[in-house]
Amino acid sequence: MNILFDERLDGTLPAIDKDALVTHLTAHLPGMTLLHREEDLRPFECDGLSAYRVLPMLVALPDTLEQVEALLGICHAQGVPVVTRGAGTGLSGGALPLEKGVLLVMSRFSRILDIDPEARTARLQPGVRNLAISEAAAPYGLYYAPDPSSQIACSIGGNVAENAGGVHCLKYGLTVHNVLAVNILTIEGEHITLGSEALDAPGFDLLALFTGSEGMLGVITEITVKLLPKPEVAKVLMASFDDVEKAGKAVGDIIAAGIIPGGLEMMDKLAIQAAEDFVKAGYPVDADAILLCELDGVEADVHDDCETVRSVLEAAGATDIRLARDDAERATFWAGRKAAFPAVGRMAPDYYCMDGTIPRRELPRVLKGIADLSATHGLRVANVFHAGDGNMHPLILFDANAPGELALAEEVGGKILELCVEVGGSITGEHGVGREKINQMCAQFNPDEITVFHAVKTAFDPHGLLNPGKNIPTLARCAEFGAMHVHQGQLPHPELPRF
Amino acid sequence: MTHLHNQQPAPAPGSQPVADHDLSDALLERVRQAVQDNTPLRLVGGGSKGFYGRPVVGETFSLAAHTGIVHYDPVELVVTVRAGTRLADLQQTLAEAGQQLAFEPPHFADTSTVGGMVACGISGPRRPWGGSVRDFVLGTRLITHDGKRLHFGGEVMKNVAGYDLSRLMVGAQGTLGVIDEVSFKVLPLPAASATLRLEMSRDTAMARLAEWGREPLPITGAAHDGEALHIRLEGGPGSVADTQARLGGEPDDVDFWQRLRELDLAFFSRRHDSRPLWRLSLPHRAPAVPLDGDELVDWAGAQRWWRSDTPAETVRRHAARVGGHATRIDLDQSHGIETPFTPLSPVLAKYHHRLKAELDPHGIFNPGRLYEGL
Repeated sequence: MNILFDERLDGTLPAIDKDALVTHLTAHLPGMTLLHREEDLRPFECDGLSAYRVLPMLVALPDTLEQVEALLGICHAQGVPVVTRGAGTGLSGGALPLEKGVLLVMSRFSRILDIDPEARTARLQPGVRNLAISEAAAPYGLYYAPDPSSQIACSIGGNVAENAGGVHCLKYGLTVHNVLAVNILTIEGEHITLGSEALDAPGFDLLALFTGSEGMLGVITEITVKLLPKPEVAKVLMASFDDVEKAGKAVGDIIAAGIIPGGLEMMDKLAIQAAEDFVKAGYPVDADAILLCELDGVEADVHDDCETVRSVLEAAGATDIRLARDDAERATFWAGRKAAFPAVGRMAPDYYCMDGTIPRRELPRVLKGIADLSATHGLRVANVFHAGDGNMHPLILFDANAPGELALAEEVGGKILELCVEVGGSITGEHGVGREKINQMCAQFNPDEITVFHAVKTAFDPHGLLNPGKNIPTLARCAEFGAMHVHQGQLPHPELPRF
Repeated sequence: MTHLHNQQPAPAPGSQPVADHDLSDALLERVRQAVQDNTPLRLVGGGSKGFYGRPVVGETFSLAAHTGIVHYDPVELVVTVRAGTRLADLQQTLAEAGQQLAFEPPHFADTSTVGGMVACGISGPRRPWGGSVRDFVLGTRLITHDGKRLHFGGEVMKNVAGYDLSRLMVGAQGTLGVIDEVSFKVLPLPAASATLRLEMSRDTAMARLAEWGREPLPITGAAHDGEALHIRLEGGPGSVADTQARLGGEPDDVDFWQRLRELDLAFFSRRHDSRPLWRLSLPHRAPAVPLDGDELVDWAGAQRWWRSDTPAETVRRHAARVGGHATRIDLDQSHGIETPFTPLSPVLAKYHHRLKAELDPHGIFNPGRLYEGL
């Protein structure tokens, strides 16, 4: 397995005397919870990507910003790597601990500091759960738009670190479009505010740079998000197709009709069957694909758009079109989609969720490629697709207890991502690179581009203490494991040491 | 009055396709040469926004001839354009397919280019509702300090691989690298729109906007000129008509938004008022500036244009106190002015300098355009 931190390829980490560090931290931060015994560390050994586990050296659970600042100060002075973690729901191993590092857990910072209905903003500590924001804003008719499927549990700090998405991104944007400001603690212990409650700030757009930077540039200590008025109405159409390609084309036809749906989701046959078995959403189990199209906004427009979409779907060859009668049925239609991951999870002991994005026109080619990979490797793949914005979530079914199957699933996953890059897409739409896709980064970016990423990192964390080994691969790793393109036997950067 | 499908001017009969001139190799060579000679470059697109920044000493490096629409697939909602392409040409191409740049960028001159628009990052009246320039940038090809042409982001809606270098370029005014090519998310033109004028005081207008802002109304423009509130509605014909009936007011001249966006209203004319012009970017519900001057409110309060003789220090201190910042604009200074932007805090300045040192170690890209030494 090449995914765990490997000092030969990912860079050496300083040798730390754990006992001395515990003594030092306890002396300087007597009030902070510090876990160091194996049984206490065990619950923190992985995030949402549970196939990969590493026991951290120490886990710190601070309650105050002063503690975070002091902890970073000590780690900076002693050269101790720090991995920051929120709710630990990330799917790319972005919060995978390091044996030689401190895991800084921000979950106790869970207070909503302010909901301002006049300003339509919420000021939050990083550990506030995504859904809790919308719940707190609901009495004012407002909500926070990005809704990753883990929204019951995931925290806003992690959402910013990963630039989290959700099913409503096409119309309402990703986290980066919905955050006004963040407070950061640098590894050198400085407090900085990026962005503001105004709509812009002087200087470089560091807010955009930090969003999605996976804890590599600083520690997020406070977030201000914008809140939106709840749409007056939302309606959902479910269309069945006897052919995945027709469903894919229908998506483009809806967009071409000038409509930006609030949500536009597609599921293939295996995903439909899994969801239907699990939640009885009334899905047509004989269909090859379904589209769920949510239209939201002001009543008059939603009514008109529903008519337009219905005729587009008919023209695209839908075999059945159903409009949810009421909010209860709308919720049922969505329940199947929202439960798709656990539903697929019931069909096999394990599943591996991928997160590639593609230009939508390439959907038929990519689905065919996935089907071929599935057949040749003997692993079933269910496809769930944020169709509106080209974000695919192929779910690879496998059994981790069967020898070699995890490696096989990883291989299929890696090839799917390389296929996404090949058709002009990306290895990750919303889950992040983390540790999981560190090798595929070498397929999406060339060594010069990766060198620029390292330059950005150096500007904020010159000693590489924040989340080392995540997000951006070393050139040595790309040369060894990456899918770097080799032209005429010439590896890029032949001057790099090989181990 | 309600307008259907006529947001953008109809394409001129026999309009020419955008010239396809890929000068990337020559641009790369020019950057390599500049590094070798240690010569700073003054990056110029259409020369329409020279006023927006500090004067740059360097050899003029024009990107205006590097033109062309590289890919455009309306169904994908993505367009990729070379930096020198005229903004007007891009917008015409999009309008012909019923689409637009939703952040409504100003032109300031016919020559305005896509690269300059991204580098300056100025968004139009729709910004609080529709988003800003950076919100719609999906990817870039950049020419870096070592004369390489590198690709960041991409042509897909969602992409979180690596750091977001593309959005970092928006507003950096070319100080971190040369924008060679940009991919944008585009959106359909609204099916219907209406512009209303409601005579009411500034404070009443702000209170109304705060109320309306909590409802899902199709408002995409809100400005107060001292006498009346100008409101733009955009959406489906049904919601626009309903909201128009509810808000009342008089039908207004649709040109208002264009003139506001282009800083072409009488308020912006030096002949009209010779006092210094400021752009205040503030939280939208910040109170009126309690200093002597005249105000034109845009962005439902988040952008205040302000004429005043108040000393710069005082203006900036006030803006900071209410959570915003102040930019001094002098439209007549085509090479810029000494201190247009609010100074950065020492810590923030430190990280700006470090980032600049990493991405432009020779200091050849538009040195000093934003701040001295940056």
